[in-house]
Amino acid sequence: MKSLFKGALTAAALAVCAFGFGHAEAQTPPGVLVVGQIAEPKSLDPAAVTAVNDFRILMNVYDGLVRYKDGTLEVEPALAESWTISGDGTVYTFKLRDGVTFHDGTPFNAEAVKYNFDRMLDENHPQHDTGPFPLAFFFSAVETIDVVDDLTVKFTLNAPYAPFLSNLAYPTGLIVSPEAVKEFGADYGRHPVGTGPFKFAEWESNAKVVVVRNDDYWEEAAKLEAVVFRPITDANTRVAELMAGGIDLMVEVPPDSLTQLSGDDNFSVYEQAGPHLWFLILNMKEGPFKDKKVRQAINYAIDKKALVENVLQGTAEVAAGPTPPAFAWAYNEQLQPYPHDIEKAKQLIKEAGAEGAEVTFYVTEGGSGMLDPIPMGAAIQADLAQIGLTVAIETYEWNTFLGKVNPGLEGKADMAEMAWMTNDPDTLPYLALRTDAWPDKGGFNSGYYSNPEVDKLLEAARSSTDQAERAKLYREMQEIVYDDAPWAFIANWKQNAVSSTMVDGFKLQPSFFLLLDDVVKN
Amino acid sequence: MHVYILRRLILMIPVLLGLTVIVFLIMSLIPGDPALAILGSYATPENVAKLRADLGLDKTMIEQYWIWLTNMVQGDFGRSYSLNRPVLDEILERFGATLILAGTSLVLCTIFGLLTGVVSAVRQYGWADKTLTFAVLIGISIPSFWLGLLLMMFFAVELRWLPVSGMYAIYGGGDLPDLIRHLILPSVTLAVVATGIIARLTRSNMLEVLRQDFIRTARAKGLDENRVIYRHAFKAALVNVIPVIGVQAGFVLGGAVYIETVFQWPGIGRMLVNAISTRDILLVQGGVVLVAGSYVLFNLFADVIQHLLDPRVKA
Repeated sequence: MKSLFKGALTAAALAVCAFGFGHAEAQTPPGVLVVGQIAEPKSLDPAAVTAVNDFRILMNVYDGLVRYKDGTLEVEPALAESWTISGDGTVYTFKLRDGVTFHDGTPFNAEAVKYNFDRMLDENHPQHDTGPFPLAFFFSAVETIDVVDDLTVKFTLNAPYAPFLSNLAYPTGLIVSPEAVKEFGADYGRHPVGTGPFKFAEWESNAKVVVVRNDDYWEEAAKLEAVVFRPITDANTRVAELMAGGIDLMVEVPPDSLTQLSGDDNFSVYEQAGPHLWFLILNMKEGPFKDKKVRQAINYAIDKKALVENVLQGTAEVAAGPTPPAFAWAYNEQLQPYPHDIEKAKQLIKEAGAEGAEVTFYVTEGGSGMLDPIPMGAAIQADLAQIGLTVAIETYEWNTFLGKVNPGLEGKADMAEMAWMTNDPDTLPYLALRTDAWPDKGGFNSGYYSNPEVDKLLEAARSSTDQAERAKLYREMQEIVYDDAPWAFIANWKQNAVSSTMVDGFKLQPSFFLLLDDVVKN
Repeated sequence: MHVYILRRLILMIPVLLGLTVIVFLIMSLIPGDPALAILGSYATPENVAKLRADLGLDKTMIEQYWIWLTNMVQGDFGRSYSLNRPVLDEILERFGATLILAGTSLVLCTIFGLLTGVVSAVRQYGWADKTLTFAVLIGISIPSFWLGLLLMMFFAVELRWLPVSGMYAIYGGGDLPDLIRHLILPSVTLAVVATGIIARLTRSNMLEVLRQDFIRTARAKGLDENRVIYRHAFKAALVNVIPVIGVQAGFVLGGAVYIETVFQWPGIGRMLVNAISTRDILLVQGGVVLVAGSYVLFNLFADVIQHLLDPRVKA
């Protein structure tokens, strides 16, 4: 060991002499922001990806017809200057921005818009084979897309579908250059061409993705010259790179490091609650959770405050209901999280005659948005032991876990961990709480919740094109679901980021996207 | 000799074939559907079924295996669906990086391992032996990913002498000095355990050889002690150490999985970890076949060297 240390030291010293790097390592050039990503992107084709990690790059290279207003989840114009919606909510006509070109010089126009959605939705489209397009169903309501004139495009839906606009603001709705897709075919994902504030420059596998400023951007040009996205999968290594100056900005900082970095003057810490919900699916078809009282008892018994403060170390907030507060316009402020009340829980269990019940609990080892699922599962098990429930935990790797949970919990488990991150208040309840969303009908309602009132509210909210009307319906839905307690509502994740103090003008968005056009590096 | 090598090469074929079967079976047996992994948590049963059909996952296992094998023999390893590029491009690119890292580590652990072992044996029970034996024990026991983090925090974050991670600098790098700077920490970390193992084995073999008659004879002839140790004893001890170095080559390749993750080395180990978690079957299979194949070759190489050194090993 000693000789090894000596060896290491000698090697290091030799390297210093031989290659003359007396200078400090890892200085990044001014005007270039280096971002630490959590993984290598899968593809830079917005229609083909589902991961937030990929979205972080895409949102800087492409624009959609619409986008989220800064700091909110409300839609505002982007490539479309304006739009009209027909009275019955089925025809959306977009007036497109004039004079916009893709990074490859081809014009952005109504034909390009039509091409983008046809590629995703029409199986006979010549470039449909550049998929699969896992989120194409965001636009499955679209029946036809018509080019009215060069700068006007009309979407006709098969039924009113209110989340349509916010789905267009999602990365799946970003507009790619048709000519580039035709040119690169299946390799388009490695040669992305959009209209955004940054142009794609280089992708070196497992090392970096480089984008450079688009000086001809239709809006004010970005302030940075370039952004380098580096995939660094190990969280400790990511923190070490930040501390050594090898990256300027990192997201998804581990809680331990966050505490350490927030006490350091060289770094700025950012936090932003997002449209995320961490919950437990309760199996309502069989076992103790058929009874509403037991489901409510679970909600009372779990010490959510302790979970977010101790297990998650403040990186999440206690959830009150099925809709995350980040959807400010649709969130029901009246709802208060179920208080931690063991006595009340015990009493409910007693009333239901479920004392000493044994339940099986599916826990995952990791997975998108699942935070720290194993310690959380163990803490929940301990909380439920306090009200006399015997919880048997079964742990599965994420893909296996999804394979068990998505087809429904019947005959397998009484509860399961789950987390969703969405872009519209419609998505999660519509796909996971309706009667028509039971697993056998292709939905994600794995706990078999069914309440005709909720079904009706969700359908009505989906058909309405008036945001205030929709908000009212969602608030009502939240109250009913809160009381029915088909899930145990646990936490809303706060996204975090840390940058060196050289970085200015950065801000996290509730959408969890990373928007860098206003960022400056001094 | 040529016959021996040729025979060993032919024997590799059934080994590799068996290997493809095992790799294929393991990937088929682990739970978790690749279609589900691609589509993410939004996957509906309908989408999953369609994608499974597109990927050919609805075919029987034997059909799938046969398609994979026949394509692979013709040099087509398929297309990775998590990276959206041909498997062969990816694994060759990655394998190069792993070879640089593992090769450097192998050289380091061979040099330091043999040196430590010889010094320990010659100074048996002396101060140097005790120190080295203790150090070797620590080296073998220390988890390498942890040692890696420790070295990283000290040399890269505190002292800023060396880069934290990666293979080349993001800006202004790409030349040999840049590569060497990036290589130091991971290769040293990766070499530590193997160094310990080689050192221990060299020590015990040397001790054994030093007690043999021919050494006594050499000394009695009045040969210089250095010559006795390095020309006579060391060469004899080496015969038994070489095959273990061959085995260590496999160990170093395996250890590269952790080290590549800690240091973000763009090698095949890190690729395999990602590929397994995304159920990128073709990528895992291609990668494992390549790694295992080269391990078989390494061992052949070590055996040939042993054969050359030791006339007693029959062809």
